[in-house]
Amino acid sequence: MASPPPLPSSTSVLSSASSLADSLFQRSLDDLIKSVRSDPSSEPSIIARSLSEIRREIRSSDPLTKSIALQKLTYLSSLHFHSMSFAAFHTLELLPSPSPQTKRLAYLAASLSFHPSTTELLPLATHQLHKDLTSLSTSSSSSSFPFLPSLPLHLLSLASSADLSSHLAPDLVPLLSRSSPLQPKAVAATYRVLSLCPSTVPVLFKPLVDCLSSDNPLTVSAAVGAFCELSAPPNDPAPYLPLAPEIYRVLVNSRSNWTLIKALKIFSRLVPLEPRLGTRIVEPLSKFLRESQAKSLVLECIKTVVSCLPTHTEAMRLAIDKIKELLSSDDDPNLRYLGLQTLGMLAPGHLWALEESREVVAQSLTDPDRSICHEALRVMMAMTLQENSIESCTLLVRQAAKSDPEFANEILDSVLTSCSKDFYELVVDFDWYVSLLGEMARIVHCTKGDEISRQLVDIGLRVRDARPELVRVARELLIDPSLLGNHFLYNVLSAAAWISGEYVEFSKDPMELVEALLQPRTSLLPTSARAVYIQSVLKVLTFSCNSHIDESSSLVNDTVIARMLSLIEMTVGPLAESEEAEVEDRVRNLLGVVRLVANIKDLSGDKDKDGMIYEVVRVMDALFSDEMGPVSANAQKKVSVPEDLDLKDNLADLSEFISDNDAAMSRSNPSILFYPQSCNASEEVEVGPTSVAESTSLKEHRKRHGLYYLSTDKETTEPELTEDYPRVNETLPLSNGDTTRRVKVTKLRPTVVKLDEGEDLATSSSLSTKVEAMKDDPLSGAIKDVLLGKKGNGASSSFDASSSSQGKGKDKVKGKEIKSKKGEEGESKDRHKGRRKHKHRKEPAPPVSVAQETPVIQDFLL
Amino acid sequence: MIRFILLQNRQGKTRLAKYYVPLEDSEKHKVEYEVHRLVVNRDPKFTNFVEFRTHKVIYRRYAGLFFSMCVDITDNELAYLECIHLFVEILDHFFSNVCELDLVFNFHKVYLILDEFILAGELQETSKRAIIERMGELENIYFRAMRFAIVIFTPWLKDLAFFSW
Repeated sequence: MASPPPLPSSTSVLSSASSLADSLFQRSLDDLIKSVRSDPSSEPSIIARSLSEIRREIRSSDPLTKSIALQKLTYLSSLHFHSMSFAAFHTLELLPSPSPQTKRLAYLAASLSFHPSTTELLPLATHQLHKDLTSLSTSSSSSSFPFLPSLPLHLLSLASSADLSSHLAPDLVPLLSRSSPLQPKAVAATYRVLSLCPSTVPVLFKPLVDCLSSDNPLTVSAAVGAFCELSAPPNDPAPYLPLAPEIYRVLVNSRSNWTLIKALKIFSRLVPLEPRLGTRIVEPLSKFLRESQAKSLVLECIKTVVSCLPTHTEAMRLAIDKIKELLSSDDDPNLRYLGLQTLGMLAPGHLWALEESREVVAQSLTDPDRSICHEALRVMMAMTLQENSIESCTLLVRQAAKSDPEFANEILDSVLTSCSKDFYELVVDFDWYVSLLGEMARIVHCTKGDEISRQLVDIGLRVRDARPELVRVARELLIDPSLLGNHFLYNVLSAAAWISGEYVEFSKDPMELVEALLQPRTSLLPTSARAVYIQSVLKVLTFSCNSHIDESSSLVNDTVIARMLSLIEMTVGPLAESEEAEVEDRVRNLLGVVRLVANIKDLSGDKDKDGMIYEVVRVMDALFSDEMGPVSANAQKKVSVPEDLDLKDNLADLSEFISDNDAAMSRSNPSILFYPQSCNASEEVEVGPTSVAESTSLKEHRKRHGLYYLSTDKETTEPELTEDYPRVNETLPLSNGDTTRRVKVTKLRPTVVKLDEGEDLATSSSLSTKVEAMKDDPLSGAIKDVLLGKKGNGASSSFDASSSSQGKGKDKVKGKEIKSKKGEEGESKDRHKGRRKHKHRKEPAPPVSVAQETPVIQDFLL
Repeated sequence: MIRFILLQNRQGKTRLAKYYVPLEDSEKHKVEYEVHRLVVNRDPKFTNFVEFRTHKVIYRRYAGLFFSMCVDITDNELAYLECIHLFVEILDHFFSNVCELDLVFNFHKVYLILDEFILAGELQETSKRAIIERMGELENIYFRAMRFAIVIFTPWLKDLAFFSW
């Protein structure tokens, strides 16, 4: 570059001429930017033209032309998203340029465009990176450009592959161990190299640890930052326990808030592993909390105290006071947000503190900022207990009615999930909760119909005492014609219809119910809901007839029955020709019964309580009077497989009979299937007299598999006997004890039927598999192993991967010894090169790795 | 750790993008679009933190420019908020009253500043004065080198011009 290029020879005149033209008339980056900005409408065409220019220019033999082309390309690629992968080789060509400007351009282009997994040319850069990294110690020109190694450090930290990292790791060591402005940069790059390539740990770890005690505060800051990242959540912090004294020293001595924050973060990961560290750091922490002016540092202290020092009452007090300060800063939404966030972290242990700030939290729910609302909702749910559930949930639902659709549904979702958790553990007063469910369904933007309907039915099955209120709520939902237009509520309405049919005995006015179920707007309902409606009409009708015969209800008399019959005949009649099989089927059942009742009535005259009418109505009523109970999710498992049942038979032939609809329906509601059950019942009805046999077979089934049915004996509903109401619960005294734990409430909590803890099978098993998965994760334990090995071997150990793996074995053995004779300080100090002088840390034997971390690389990716 | 830094204007044009995790080009594009949508409609009175996928974005608006930083969920929000402000102060000092056009035309210098400020997603230097001093030195090097290149380049140009003439 320093000497002028040779004059063009006769053979290469053409190519030189074009290259000459390029360099003479090349547009600079400024020109490019100006032309792009001059006419925004034709931007794509301008960029396309520039790109084709660049493609030509970048092949030029003149480094200046080439570098300007690369500069333009970098601009286009980083701000206009044009791939520059085609220029990878040209970038590499420019890396060795002697001009700092060109070199910098090339490095910038490389760090912006190279991708460790897709840039195949990356290995070609190894030599140049090596040369630049070591330029200070080898080349004589170092004085003219002392910052040269910072360029490869950037590239190394951004686009390095594991391969590149392992080749260049030794070059980092001199940079790490010499105090210079480059040292902090080298530390940051080292952290990336370590996490990319655990096998470099033997080479780089000791210099990195030494940086913690460097004189340069920037180096210390960078080193603390590196350890903070290395010990971050997906990784196991245990191997860094031996570094606690060094980091403690930084915590006490450092003046930089940034460094202190990082150091606190490391401690918040180490303290749960070694509680004794807590007593050491509580003092500096309290000092920061009291004295520091920096909000960020105070925030970090609060987080650390709340998350890992809950037993230190005084520090906790301080932290809670600070949280309240944050909460009360009205002018700064950021601080209020963080106040709420930290308040939520107090949740299980210090509920009194949450309770004290209840008003602020409730007020934050109405904040215009969604982030604050979210946080407030989280806190609100965290502080909801049995005692205050009514207050909290009512407030939340009222708030949901006023909020915008998205947040309203989030509120509903969290209320629904937390109230239904552990068999409605939070709910004491089911009458209140059921009416709350009804209220939720009526909220304009409610899209949680599925969950509401599931809970309505579930409560109906499980909580006997709540049924009258359920029927009342269901009636209100059914009567309101405006709800029928909302397709989110179809499931709720269908559940309401089922409830009022199933528990019709609690209904005050059957006629009104039939009218509601048959109102004209029900034509808006989807087939499945419609079928449930019609089935419920059948149930109401049989119940009415039966109570008419018994004269048990004053509301039902001849005229009512006659009106009911004619109404049914009139509205349901046309549906007999319905195209939907589900509806048609049920309509025909219903009409069959209606005509039967009407005929008999005509034949035998009024008030005839004997003979046919009596029989038929009784039989039909008996059909529906059997109570349905919840079915345990693992009931199926308890049934032993009959020997002659072939479970391995391929059922693929059946697929043509099953529509997608059927499959979807049975999947959507696995625990409670009221729909198919009522379907069976209707078939039985149509058979008329023979249904007696069906009913007896049902009884037989009950007798044989009584375990899976709830007892329907009336006396079991007596409050004194509710303890053993579900027989299956006998095996599970725990859950009952749980529900009666809090007895401050005046109203006795009704029994919630729980079959067994296996009912939660789905969630608990998924949890356990999660844990398993954690354990089985592919081991990236390499880094930890080497760290442990390194520590165990002490300062004299050679930087050799093979020896360090042996060291790991030794260390494990040692660790066990130490555990057996706890408190032997001498040995532990010895093992740690005598660098650790703090007495607080007696145990340096980190627990031998059980939970392994996931590969680090993945965690960097978003 | 900082995952990426974005400077975007209100229209969503990216003025600076630096990623500290390797992402594919298409993914970068998507991220920039999503972050812009996330921050652009927020009221100035709202918090400066937004959750973004499994991370969080700390952003701050200066006139028409949004400075957004994506950090880990456990990171200290206030510290990064201060960090953004520091970066803006440095830019402001360097370009004396920085405006969007400065960033557009001095694309490479902005990267130079940013690289002094942050490496591998970690804050390198928290002192404004130190960075400005260092920037002076670096600019000197690059400026001098640039002139050097032109001096070499010019006689060669003359030669060639003479030859072709």
